[in-house]
Amino acid sequence: MNLLSWIGRQAIELFSTLGFFFIVGLKAFTGIFSGTWSREDLFEQLERVGVGSVLVVSITSAFTGMVLAVQTLDQFVRFGATGYIGGVIALSMVREMSPVLTGLVVSGRIGAAMAAEIGSMKVTEQIDALRTFGLDPHVFVGVPRLLAGLVMLPVLTLFSFVIGITGGFLYVAAHGVNAHLFRRSVEALLAPSDIYGGLLKAAVFGVLIVVSACGQGFMAGQGARGVGTATTKAVVWGNMLILVFNYVLSSLLFGGIKG
Amino acid sequence: MDPVMRMQGVSVSFDGREVIGGMDMTLPVGEITCLMGPSGCGKTTALKLASGLLKPDKGRIELLGKVIGPETQEDELVEVRKELGVVFQGGALFDSLSVGQNIAFPLKYCREIEDPESISKMVLDMLEHVELEDVRDKYPAMLSGGMRKRVAIARSLVHSPSLLLLDEPTTGLDPVTARHIDQLVVDLCGEFGFTALVVTHDIVSALGIGDTLLLMHEGRIAWRGIPVEWERSDHPMVKSFAQGMVSVGRTGGEKM
Repeated sequence: MNLLSWIGRQAIELFSTLGFFFIVGLKAFTGIFSGTWSREDLFEQLERVGVGSVLVVSITSAFTGMVLAVQTLDQFVRFGATGYIGGVIALSMVREMSPVLTGLVVSGRIGAAMAAEIGSMKVTEQIDALRTFGLDPHVFVGVPRLLAGLVMLPVLTLFSFVIGITGGFLYVAAHGVNAHLFRRSVEALLAPSDIYGGLLKAAVFGVLIVVSACGQGFMAGQGARGVGTATTKAVVWGNMLILVFNYVLSSLLFGGIKG
Repeated sequence: MDPVMRMQGVSVSFDGREVIGGMDMTLPVGEITCLMGPSGCGKTTALKLASGLLKPDKGRIELLGKVIGPETQEDELVEVRKELGVVFQGGALFDSLSVGQNIAFPLKYCREIEDPESISKMVLDMLEHVELEDVRDKYPAMLSGGMRKRVAIARSLVHSPSLLLLDEPTTGLDPVTARHIDQLVVDLCGEFGFTALVVTHDIVSALGIGDTLLLMHEGRIAWRGIPVEWERSDHPMVKSFAQGMVSVGRTGGEKM
């Protein structure tokens, strides 16, 4: 009975949290066109999400591209498929690694910061203060962050494509693979639809990160502990949603057997 | 003249516990009303009801002509809230904005003034009123508690609200700064003719600034009157609250 009630409580919490995220996201989306929000805050958020994440995304992507090359080079040489290695690294980066890793990195870095900031605003009554000025906090706080996530995640992911593929190329080039062969392989295997698919995933991940961060911030309990818990939950929820939606989007965009 | 705010039979519960029960309160135009009571008696909840930040579970609130009841929707309160000036207990200044930007905030979003020169002039004028002309470019974290309260008061008044609501404006301040804040509230309300509700547990402050005093006990108004009546009152709640405040000081004095 205790186990059943525990499962019931967890299920209720899961669906109520998802429902609140949906409401926060919906209000922010509709608020883009009809609500009151600050343009200055948008530029600040674009800078925080985008420029502030470039270094960490670059390092993560470069080393991921190199590890992909480390894991595949020997196998491809053994099977005489060296001519495909560039394309396989590029496909892996563009379809999966870049969007997912960029999402996870930004979720840890920006999702946590957003949840902590909004949670602190709630605890110190700044959210109530916004309401007394006739503003909807979900719109005023949410819209600039949502737009920043929506715009900057694809930009960072595009950046990650280039850095990751370059990292992979540097490793295989150091082990004797011809640059021309690498480039031809990339051109042969990588289609524009792969790039669009990767960027679409990144945009969705940007929305998920912001919605879970803002949602947890608005739900933060009282005091430092409440803010700390909200911050942790924002990262956990952000990462879980990214991985679940990655499967769904990968299945829809790239799934099945294409002749 | 109709009162600025009138509560009738208002009740609110949190997690099954009744915090406000059948409360009646009226804020007459141009008067400063002080709502007193011990910690946890529901003063801040009453202020949140008076500002429309909370909706009643039962009863009705008439706020600047708008009736707020249990069924009132959030978006129905947008316009009426723009007519309020609220000073929260901790100031609730926006951390990411400078003092000048904080004070300019209601001008931009409540009064929709876009001209930077007009905004700058009004901000400077309000900073002069609270004697903080030289902190315009500083951030809230760089200010003392008293300065933050004065900036919060400036921010709440800059758009000329119809009702000013102050939550514990002197809490956490030394007696000199607390009296300075009291004087500021009296001067500004006198100069601009604001109606104000001041929530406080500071009797000295309430007796000094209030036109009307209300004493809350367990979610209800237990006593109401003017400062002279307070001093003469034999009401047990009034005596208990006043003596409780005095006895703490006397005991400390004897020990010294």
